[in-house]
Amino acid sequence: MKKLLLTTISVLAGIAVSFNVLAAVSGVHLDSANTDIRDQKSLQNGAKLFMEYCLGCHSISFMRYNRIGEDLNMSDADVKENLMFNAEKAGAPIVSSMSKGGAIKWFGAAPSDLSLVARSRGTDWIYTYLRSFHADDARPFGVNNKVLINASMPDVLWELKKTKSAGEFDNDVRDITNFLDYVSEPAKLVRVDLGYKVLGFLLILLILSYLMKNEYWKDVKYGKWRAKD
Amino acid sequence: MDNNKNWIDQRFPLTKVWNEHLAEYYAPRNFNFWYFFGSLATLVLVMQIVTGIFLTMHFKPEETMAFASVEYIMRDVNWGWLIRYMHSTGASAFFIIIYLHMYRGLLYGSYKAPRELIWIIGVIIYIALMAEAFMGYVLPWGQMSYWGAQVIISLFGSVPIIGPDLLVWILGDYAVGDPALNRFFSLHVVALPLILVVLVFLHIVALHTVGSNNPDGIEIKKNKDKNGIPKDGIPFHPYYSVKDVVGIVVFLMIFSAVIFFSPALNGYFLEHANFVEANPLKTPVHIAPLWYLTPFYSVLRAIPPMFGSQFPGVIMMFAALLILFALPWLDRAKVKSIRYRSYHYKIALGVFVVSFIWLGYLGTQPVTPMNAILARIFTVAYFAFFILMPWFTSIGKTKPVPERTTE
Repeated sequence: MKKLLLTTISVLAGIAVSFNVLAAVSGVHLDSANTDIRDQKSLQNGAKLFMEYCLGCHSISFMRYNRIGEDLNMSDADVKENLMFNAEKAGAPIVSSMSKGGAIKWFGAAPSDLSLVARSRGTDWIYTYLRSFHADDARPFGVNNKVLINASMPDVLWELKKTKSAGEFDNDVRDITNFLDYVSEPAKLVRVDLGYKVLGFLLILLILSYLMKNEYWKDVKYGKWRAKD
Repeated sequence: MDNNKNWIDQRFPLTKVWNEHLAEYYAPRNFNFWYFFGSLATLVLVMQIVTGIFLTMHFKPEETMAFASVEYIMRDVNWGWLIRYMHSTGASAFFIIIYLHMYRGLLYGSYKAPRELIWIIGVIIYIALMAEAFMGYVLPWGQMSYWGAQVIISLFGSVPIIGPDLLVWILGDYAVGDPALNRFFSLHVVALPLILVVLVFLHIVALHTVGSNNPDGIEIKKNKDKNGIPKDGIPFHPYYSVKDVVGIVVFLMIFSAVIFFSPALNGYFLEHANFVEANPLKTPVHIAPLWYLTPFYSVLRAIPPMFGSQFPGVIMMFAALLILFALPWLDRAKVKSIRYRSYHYKIALGVFVVSFIWLGYLGTQPVTPMNAILARIFTVAYFAFFILMPWFTSIGKTKPVPERTTE
């Protein structure tokens, strides 16, 4: 039995290693975003920056303003003053005011909804993408992007990049990325902590159930269910 | 209490059923690690049904609303995220458990006489489960839901003569769209779960008729004491019920770790591309089904088109599944358990397992010339395991099987 299990595990490990040898190296190198969803300040700053620089074009329509307030410890008044620029009700979904028809005319494509971008693209992608704009006169807005080549998006953060040091700029982009990570899965704020509690409970249950099993199985080892010959 | 029991027993065989299937169902005393997966599969089935009921309360099976309704569950429904993750992780967990359960059958020859019917019902359960999982994956209406469905359903279009009409009949339209979503929902929440529950019931009835196999692959019913109780048997309840509880808790710990710490499991349990809403005008560069279907997807892709038709690949894909039914009759060995089998069988089983895992991995990867060659090699190895089985199970030296179970 032990030998069998060992053989099985070593075969599986061997296969896993061979997969990695074969796996093709993907094209663009992505910088590590290193976001921390527990960092409330970062999330709040990210929310503010998003509303200022991104919401002009991009919606995060699966998110509501007051949900951000609840999750990031901001009062309704705070939310109204700092985050709500184009909505009346705190319970409203966060939708850009740009018209779809206009967007297609101006940019060639409607800006995508970013509610789930951190789940479909990943945080490293967002972080690298926002920092990878470079001058390119061949493009309509005079900029191109290394991660998403020929992106129709202009470099909306150029002002931030100009006025701040490289480190500060990276931190701001990291905060926006962190915020988008939270937006893509608000439950992430609670699920990890809850996970530790659930595992703690199950560990206690494991000890108790194991002791119970041993108690019953004494019968099988020494008692009435010993093989009768 | 006794009075109540009598009252019921006169009207319904409660005590009889309890005894036959639990308190006086004698299971071999030497079950090991591999014998946890039957009860775990039952647990996951129940969990999928219960979480599914709650998801159905909030999900909208409609083209323009399905994707948003899943996100509504994830954000606005109380504990909706947990229920959804339990269901999505449960689907993958179900297949991991079922694969290990089937592997146990291969290790200890549990499909051999007199348990052929248990194996056959089990294979039907496995196929029904694949259909159930496939249709469930369409429902969130992400890019992979949509394009995965498009690829898999289009296979039916490759059937000669009736193909195109069959395709329209299945989809209710010329492409995957609202009618397909609606009918897949119906099949996923009503038809297939009903079929699965009935099949699982039959699987257990068949098992309890002949009795469980064991790691030694011997029939404990051949050695009974004067009361007619197998000498190597112990009552399922309480001995295996308390043991299975331990297995269930260990399983729940691994399951919870995934749900709470990595519910998408790096794209293996919830694909990244499925967080983008279905867009019929934008074909993803790389379409892959979820991991549990990929071995068969690999077989499909490994077979080159013949006479301008993908149909041969489709036939081989289904053959890869259907050949499982023949297993009890392909195996000619006199012993059941791998403990007493010849080296030929051990090597063949090893090659088979490696091929199956490799096929699964290749099914998640884009086709490259190297991958295509590998997929063909492993497809041949997969089928060779079954086709050559009558030969390699009848040669070689087997070890003597003991009369009684070993510790």
